[in-house]
Amino acid sequence: MPSTVVSSELRYRDGVRAAIAVAATVWFFGASFGLLARAAGMGVLAPLVLSATTFAGSAQFAVSSILGAGGGTFAAITAAVLLNTRYAPISISVARLFHGPRLRRLVESQLIVDESWALASRGGGHFDRRLLLGAGLLLYVSWVSGTAVGVLAGDALGDPKNLGLDGAFPALFLALLVPQLRAPRAALAAAVGGAIALVLIPLTPPGTPIVAASAACLLGLRRSDS
Amino acid sequence: MSAVWLVVLVVGIATVAFKATGPVLLGNRELPEPVARVVALLAPVLLSALVVTQAVGGDHELVLDARLAGVGAGAVAIAARAPLPAVVVAAALATALARLVT
Repeated sequence: MPSTVVSSELRYRDGVRAAIAVAATVWFFGASFGLLARAAGMGVLAPLVLSATTFAGSAQFAVSSILGAGGGTFAAITAAVLLNTRYAPISISVARLFHGPRLRRLVESQLIVDESWALASRGGGHFDRRLLLGAGLLLYVSWVSGTAVGVLAGDALGDPKNLGLDGAFPALFLALLVPQLRAPRAALAAAVGGAIALVLIPLTPPGTPIVAASAACLLGLRRSDS
Repeated sequence: MSAVWLVVLVVGIATVAFKATGPVLLGNRELPEPVARVVALLAPVLLSALVVTQAVGGDHELVLDARLAGVGAGAVAIAARAPLPAVVVAAALATALARLVT
C-alpha cells in the first residue's frame, strides 16, 4: 500500500466547498445545542466552554438533555464519554497525518470531528491532511459561533428539525461511504459494522453501537487481499 | 464546583484525550502491516455505523421517522452522481417535507 498522500489545490478547494454546506448544517445544530443547554439550566458560559473543548454534537446534546431532565452528573458524564469513545479509533485512523511537536499534534487533533474526518477520507485507508484540518477549522468556527448565538438568541431560530437537518447527516455519511466500498473486503467490513450497530441500537446506550461496530475492522487481519 | 461545570470539565478532558489518541501517541509512525490493514478498514466501518445510527438510532430503540426520507433522497442524489452539497440539501429538503406531511 503506498504511503504517500497526494494533494492538489483543486481537491483542497473542492473539499472546502463541500464543507460549506455541512458547516451551515452544523451551525444550526450548534445554535440549537446552545438553546437547549440554556433551557436545561447550564447558563451561558458552560455551554460555550463545552462546545469549544468537546466539539462533538451528539455527546453535547446528550449532556444538555440529561441535565435538563434532572438525570444527574454521573449519567451525563457516562453518556457523553461513551458517545465520544469512537474518537479514539477515528483519531488512530488519521494518526499518520500529524507531524511535529506533541503539543502541535494535540492542538491540531482537536479539529477531528465526524464530518471533517469523513470529508478527508480518500478511500483505501488514506486521508488528506489539508482537507481534514481545513474542514475541521470551518466546522469548529461554525459549531462554537452557532452555540454562542443559540445561548444568547436561540428562541428566534426555531428547531433545525423543521429544516430537515437531522436527515442530512446520515445522507452525508452515506455519500462519503459509497466511494469506500469498491474493495470487496471494505464492503464486507462496512456491512458487518453497520449490522452490529443496527442490532445494538435497541440493546445498548447511544454511543456503544458505533464503538462496537469497529470490531468489524478485525476482518483486516485476514491476509488474502481481496 | 457546580454539577454543570464538573460535567463540562470531565467530558471536555475525556474528548480532548480521545481525539489526541492517534495523533499524539502514534503520530506519523509506520504501523505494523496487520495493524495497518485493520486501521484501513476503520473508515468504511465507522462511516457505515454512523449512517445506521444517524438514520434509525434512538435512545435504546430503533426510530423510523422522516430521516429515512432524507436518506432515500440522498441515495438517489448519490446514484445520480450529484455533488456533495446537493446530496446534503436534497436530504434535508426530503426530511423536512416528510415531516410536514406525516
